[in-house]
Amino acid sequence: MTTPSAALAPAERAVQLLGSDLSEVALRQHLEGLPTVDAVGLEARAAGLGTRSIKTTSKQAALDLVIRMIDLTTLQGADTRGKVHSLVAKALVPDASDPSTPRPAAVCVYGDMVGNAREALGSAWSAGRDDGINIAAVATAFPAGRASLPVKLQDTRDAVAAGADEIDMVIDRGAFLEGNYGKVFDEIVLTKEACRRDDGSYAHLKVILETGELVTYDNVRRASWLSILAGGDFIKTSTGKVQPAATLPVTLLMLQVVRDWERLTGERIGVKPAGGISTAKDAIKYLVTVAETCGEAWLDPHLFRFGASSLLNDVLQQRQKLTTGRYSGPDYVTID
Amino acid sequence: MAFLDYAPAPESTSILQLRDEYRLWIGGEWVAGGGTPFASISPSTEQQIAMFATADEGDVDAAVTAARTAFRTVWGPMSGRDRGKYLFRIARILQERARELAVAESLDNGKPIKETRDADVPLVAQWFFHCAGWADKLDYVGLGAAPQPHGVAAQIIPWNFPLLMLAWKVAPALAAGNTVVLKPAETTPLTAMLFAEICEQAGLPAGVVNLLTGAGDTGAALVRHPDVDKVAFTGSTAVGREIAKAIAGTDKKLTLELGGKGANIVFDDAPLDQAIEGIVNGIFFNQGQVCCAGSRLLVQENVHDAVLERLKERMATLRLGDPLDKNTDVGAINSSEQLERITRLVDQGEAEGGERWAPACELPAQGYWFPPTVVTGVEASSTIAREEIFGPVLSVLTFRTPDEAIAKANNTPYGLSAGIWSDKGARVLAVADKLRAGVVWTNTFNKFDPTSPFGGYKESGYGREGGVQGMQAYLKAGK
Repeated sequence: MTTPSAALAPAERAVQLLGSDLSEVALRQHLEGLPTVDAVGLEARAAGLGTRSIKTTSKQAALDLVIRMIDLTTLQGADTRGKVHSLVAKALVPDASDPSTPRPAAVCVYGDMVGNAREALGSAWSAGRDDGINIAAVATAFPAGRASLPVKLQDTRDAVAAGADEIDMVIDRGAFLEGNYGKVFDEIVLTKEACRRDDGSYAHLKVILETGELVTYDNVRRASWLSILAGGDFIKTSTGKVQPAATLPVTLLMLQVVRDWERLTGERIGVKPAGGISTAKDAIKYLVTVAETCGEAWLDPHLFRFGASSLLNDVLQQRQKLTTGRYSGPDYVTID
Repeated sequence: MAFLDYAPAPESTSILQLRDEYRLWIGGEWVAGGGTPFASISPSTEQQIAMFATADEGDVDAAVTAARTAFRTVWGPMSGRDRGKYLFRIARILQERARELAVAESLDNGKPIKETRDADVPLVAQWFFHCAGWADKLDYVGLGAAPQPHGVAAQIIPWNFPLLMLAWKVAPALAAGNTVVLKPAETTPLTAMLFAEICEQAGLPAGVVNLLTGAGDTGAALVRHPDVDKVAFTGSTAVGREIAKAIAGTDKKLTLELGGKGANIVFDDAPLDQAIEGIVNGIFFNQGQVCCAGSRLLVQENVHDAVLERLKERMATLRLGDPLDKNTDVGAINSSEQLERITRLVDQGEAEGGERWAPACELPAQGYWFPPTVVTGVEASSTIAREEIFGPVLSVLTFRTPDEAIAKANNTPYGLSAGIWSDKGARVLAVADKLRAGVVWTNTFNKFDPTSPFGGYKESGYGREGGVQGMQAYLKAGK
């Protein structure tokens, strides 16, 4: 049992919203006071957005935007230096037949692969600039998050020290489902602190909720809000290791949360659906959902990302089709 | 180009093979009408679609006679199982020709292709499938063994859901063993004519379904015809009253589905984002030209501002324009008369102190258009809180307690539909129990299903369509 009065880490946003005597009780009351979600209605709205018909010039623009929003990902136990180099090469030149093809926002790897990614990116590594490719690293004992806090924090520090521009952390779903919101909150605050570099700047923090394990939409709304209060820059659906991973309704709900947060504070938080989005057609449904929920301002890699691996090649095939008028086939795009 | 300026995605009309003129369909034959033909125009462009015949009294008599003959010689004696086969066949053809029907309906009515494609036409097929299943099970509609059809049914339908209202009328009538003379509305006769082609395609025996086009006079002649056994009408309360008067004292059976002024009640514990969707769907679906529209928003005072802020933001994303564009959310108003009525009532609402708001949206130069509009500061006594507008106009009222919500919701001469938005099951059930409305939706709105009865209280009419009750309306107890 936690002590109800235990003070929580004084995250700036939470203090502004809940007051300086931030406690587990205050946090719980706040989260439980959020509007509820009607599952049928949410799914119907997502399905409705999915029927938008994006054609010709709109489709062309959308496909390029999707590419610019991709975190090109490899997260396997079998990842090697060679695999990471291959992934990075794909990110650098997504389609050799068309030099106008944009590059993805980031490559996403395990923390111990950050050095390899950096080496492979060379001068294309953004290192904080806006014109390069970022390195995102998963941390905090990804994907299960079942490790002690010091291990999770060291995992994060290692990745940041190796050059990660973005940290994708997982929340402690067990603690969340136990109702131990304070523990989840504190871990996010401390992980954020672990993202701090020597020069005082911070790696961007994406908080993975693993919505497939939270199960209910009410839980997803609370976990989203909690992650933002604790200082997350992005909220992310899934690790990709649990089914269901990203779905359109869950992403719509998280977009509604960041829209509400902006309404309340003026601050913009990013959203990243990850896992299971593998076709251009699906990705465009997400863009429609973003634009019609949060507005076009969110159609920006700083505020919306896709965590994906096979999506890029489907988008490239669609892009080639728009240019040439013909469908090519999987052998006309390169594997990474 | 901004992303949200979606490139045009028009549904092609090349699938339609329309004739320049349509005649009456009587006894399985296309016959010229005795009255002056009229044009049906597309409300989004004001372009003529085709000419349609006007049935005069002689044509009405011929149609009723054809229906009577078919009832006596073919359809009445036929087994329920065989009637069901015809209905299943019609249902399948409706599905096969779904895209064509969706395009035709959108063209003639002005409603978005998204709605005809995803709501109207699928429901039409569902209705026929559902009723087809009843045809050989009439012993179980609750009227005892071997219930009997009435005979010839005269059916008059409105312009807001032309083909769907046809299905609501024709499918149960035929399943029960009646034959039909149906008159579609004069502004939307097109899909009824396509339905005649479908009946021909299905090999439906001549005279089982007869379709008469024309205006109010044709309808009046039809309901007054002495050989009609059953009258079913969907439309305005004023016309419904006329019909009830006209057939008073006869043996004709009557069901009326009339106007409404539905209350959509939002409690402070509602799932807010979904309630907004429900409000939008409740009043902007089919440009609000829906008898069961949630045209009165009753919102609990303590969440009024939050609801209105979100609602306006959501309304700003509605896309008004070419009904055949797949991304259009709000289409054209059906006729210039209807547009005038909406305009007049909203002006009056503003004059009575209501505050009118609509998102910035450009209205096309041709056609009949009205932007999605919300009027706040409306009191229970305001005209626009009482009169059915039948347009994309939401009147917003507030309440403080559940009792006040119920009192305000029921304080209307109508009683067709209502909606309740709350996360608390006990409250939903308690409030639904006290609402005097034929349909009460909870945490959803404008959902239709052939298994569910639909109809009104008070001036919204009587009788039910859909479900077992809908079948009962076309049957009488066996001897």
